[in-house]
Amino acid sequence: MADAVISVPATAKRGEVIEIKALVRHAMETGFRRTQLGELIPRDIIRQFTCTYNGVEVMRAEFHPAIAANPLFTFTTVATESGTIAFRWTGDKGLVVTESAAITVT
Amino acid sequence: MNARRRFLTAAGCFAAGAPLALLAREARATPAEMAEAIRQVTGGAPVRAGRVRLDLPPLIENGNSVPLSVAVESPMTPADHVRAIHVFTEKNPLPNVVSARLGPRAGRAMLATRVRIADTQTVTAIAELSDGTFWSGSMQVVVTLSACLEEGLI
Repeated sequence: MADAVISVPATAKRGEVIEIKALVRHAMETGFRRTQLGELIPRDIIRQFTCTYNGVEVMRAEFHPAIAANPLFTFTTVATESGTIAFRWTGDKGLVVTESAAITVT
Repeated sequence: MNARRRFLTAAGCFAAGAPLALLAREARATPAEMAEAIRQVTGGAPVRAGRVRLDLPPLIENGNSVPLSVAVESPMTPADHVRAIHVFTEKNPLPNVVSARLGPRAGRAMLATRVRIADTQTVTAIAELSDGTFWSGSMQVVVTLSACLEEGLI
């Protein structure tokens, strides 16, 4: 159900600070809303986001219900070497979404 | 609340183009709960104002999706970098918004995301530096239409 959209530059110079945007389609149901009949809608959110660069973790974020639907997360990392930048989101109800991008560092 | 009142408030929500589901407001954080949430990340260490720039629109028309960015003044070297950035609100149902762990490989101490803001309130960002100090930046935001989050709805 959830799918991800990421933005990573395809190429970068060694040592350059690159900006990464990662979005995952998800309702981020807060657990505080009720139906019109007054029943609490159970919480269903993305809890954690991690980004690894050739297997080394460079960013980790814990999301809370105050993160808007379709959570977008923008951050930076230093382009150190060519390889793979991988993203992983984990959430309630056992949700796991992964995505990755290749980067060529010159 | 009687049926007519409920209908009118619901109709108001639809008219405003907000999501159909109404939000219950029995749960709401207080400034004291925010202070407690901050104390849990700092472990009671003093938090100094400065070095953290928190950016949000000062006037929010729709609190359901508000762009937020945090930037911390730091050289981001192995010896001197930002270890973590945390964001808190005073009046959302929960004080925590996001907690990010980063390091020198981030290059710059910045993050941006989109958040929910339930009410006119102060939003605070706390940065944990590699030397163990904590710095904060706050911003007061005004929510004109908190998207059917008004008190007493439902």
